[in-house]
Amino acid sequence: MSTLVRTRESLYRIIDSDIFYSFRSSPVTVGAAIVTLILVLGAIFAPLVTPHDPYDLEALNLMDAFNPPVWYEDGTWSFMLGTDDQGRGILSAIVYGMRLSLWVGLVAVLFSGVIGVALGLVAGYVGGNTDAVIMRVAEVQLTFPAILIALLIDGVLRGILPPFMIEELAIWVVIVSIGISGWPQYARTVRASTIVENNKEYVHAAVLTGIHPAMIMIRHVLPNVMGPVLVIATIQLAIAIINEATLSFLGVGIPVTEPSLGTLLRVGNNFLFSGEWWITVFPGVALALLVIAVNLVGDWMRDAFNPKLR
Amino acid sequence: MPERQPLLRVEGLAHYFDVSPPLLNRVFEGKKRLFLKAVDDVSFHIKPGETFALVGESGCGKSTVARLIVRLYDPMRGTIEFEGQDISHVESRKDFLNFRRKAQMIFQDPYASLNPRWRVRDIVGEPIRAFGLLKDGETLDGRVGVLLNQVGLSPSDGDKYPHEFSGGQRQRISIARALSSNPDFLVCDEPTSALDVSVQAQILNLMKQLQRDLGLTYLFISHDLAVVYHMADHVGVMYLGRLAEVADSQSLFTRPRHPYTRLLLDALPDLENVGRERTPVAGEVPNPINPPPGCGFHPRCPFASERCRSERPELMAVDDGFVSCHAVEEGRMPEGIELPPLAETPD
Repeated sequence: MSTLVRTRESLYRIIDSDIFYSFRSSPVTVGAAIVTLILVLGAIFAPLVTPHDPYDLEALNLMDAFNPPVWYEDGTWSFMLGTDDQGRGILSAIVYGMRLSLWVGLVAVLFSGVIGVALGLVAGYVGGNTDAVIMRVAEVQLTFPAILIALLIDGVLRGILPPFMIEELAIWVVIVSIGISGWPQYARTVRASTIVENNKEYVHAAVLTGIHPAMIMIRHVLPNVMGPVLVIATIQLAIAIINEATLSFLGVGIPVTEPSLGTLLRVGNNFLFSGEWWITVFPGVALALLVIAVNLVGDWMRDAFNPKLR
Repeated sequence: MPERQPLLRVEGLAHYFDVSPPLLNRVFEGKKRLFLKAVDDVSFHIKPGETFALVGESGCGKSTVARLIVRLYDPMRGTIEFEGQDISHVESRKDFLNFRRKAQMIFQDPYASLNPRWRVRDIVGEPIRAFGLLKDGETLDGRVGVLLNQVGLSPSDGDKYPHEFSGGQRQRISIARALSSNPDFLVCDEPTSALDVSVQAQILNLMKQLQRDLGLTYLFISHDLAVVYHMADHVGVMYLGRLAEVADSQSLFTRPRHPYTRLLLDALPDLENVGRERTPVAGEVPNPINPPPGCGFHPRCPFASERCRSERPELMAVDDGFVSCHAVEEGRMPEGIELPPLAETPD
């Protein structure tokens, strides 16, 4: 028995599994997964796939500003989707912007996931007043739209930080704001699953070994409540990307020098009625494509991993 | 011959569950706090090397007693002495860990009692690691292999995950885990009730053999009287959180005293009297949140008197056991219902 045989066996098991079957038999999901994969790969290898580097201010030429897309009379192949007011190629800006949006979304989801899972575990495991306090805070926060919370935290952080650091830390301010606005989703789910797992006898058996409750939570309960968390994380990724775009569109997100998709929308919005529609529309389409694709994959995961629907 | 000291002595054990409505409902709707009296004043003892069985219907509190004794729940009242030391209120973590090592548990549901994400080797080895019994990885693997052999599995099964095993095999893994810390005392909470009858016998025989080989003491929880007859030296019959009768197995099954015990034995199906008229017992088990006054069994008892409806009977010694029943105390019970002994379950 070599590891190779084992790997091949487990690979075969994955392909043969119910989950993979439900994936294969849903063309929409397969399409969404392919689109997501292409967008993510494009974002990761942005310097290789784009004709220009939109962050390189020296390479920009203001003479190229407001170039229309290639199918217009004065469009050029070097700026396929046209340029914005500073002569940045829209295509390159979109790819780089998507890279930023995905990065912000992923880190924000990770951040809120860690907070939410930790608080949910503690609430579910300890119970009593600890549980009541954590869950009431989560519920109060859920009564406000996530974007409002993100906006609030964003404002507070910008107020606390010294002015010269704001530009530098802008990305992290956005990540923290979006991250904090998303934790209740995880906390509620994890708490519910933790309470279920807690009543299972393998947790009792662990208690009987006298190990510390924190160890029981991390080593026994956590691996068994992570399934739904991954599903929420996928759906939350789409929400985080939208929230980032919203913050950037409102001008409190990613700065114009390194535009994200939301920042591009804001820049383009200024020129929408003067005929330069491509500055807004293409980033908007890209954003919609990304969010819809990620959401469809997330929806499929939610259904596929829900034993009640199988 | 001097009496052996009991390994476990339980005295006046009680545990109530708080089932009150939420605070807001209590404040605004004037609802009262409610407690479910799961276990109320239970006393018994177990001598080393013996098997003590607790029997009773669902919801009579037998599992709660098991969980109180291994301290998964904190007892509300009463003492639990293990090897002469009261462990119902812990003095030091060291003493408590010592108790944890010596008293382990086998659980009811073999599908819930093994962490689905752990390999069997890690599951069985966890108590060894947690109590620091073996540090070296290689000797630990060897010990896990020996344990798996002991319960009738192969050492190579350690690489597998629980979902690769059947219910009976999972219960064997559960037993191996319980044995891994070299305990003296095992609490078995309905270890066979989730298994097929044929597998039940295998597991029970394995447990009996382990008891002989390792000198284990069992607290055996069950609702299956045939299983109890096969396993137990002494039997406690529980009803509504209280002990109705405690006796050694032989006399309990041949000469039951408490009306509830008689009822249970009478309900046992047997091969000799197929189609026999049975006296069905009226009523249900009362709600333990609001138990009847007096003897908890009086609404269903054919021998209930006025005294049974008002005064709660205490456990009192009769010649070879303990019974809590006014009718037995007053001699009102018709004697002489001698039951034929149960057929011994073939080993």
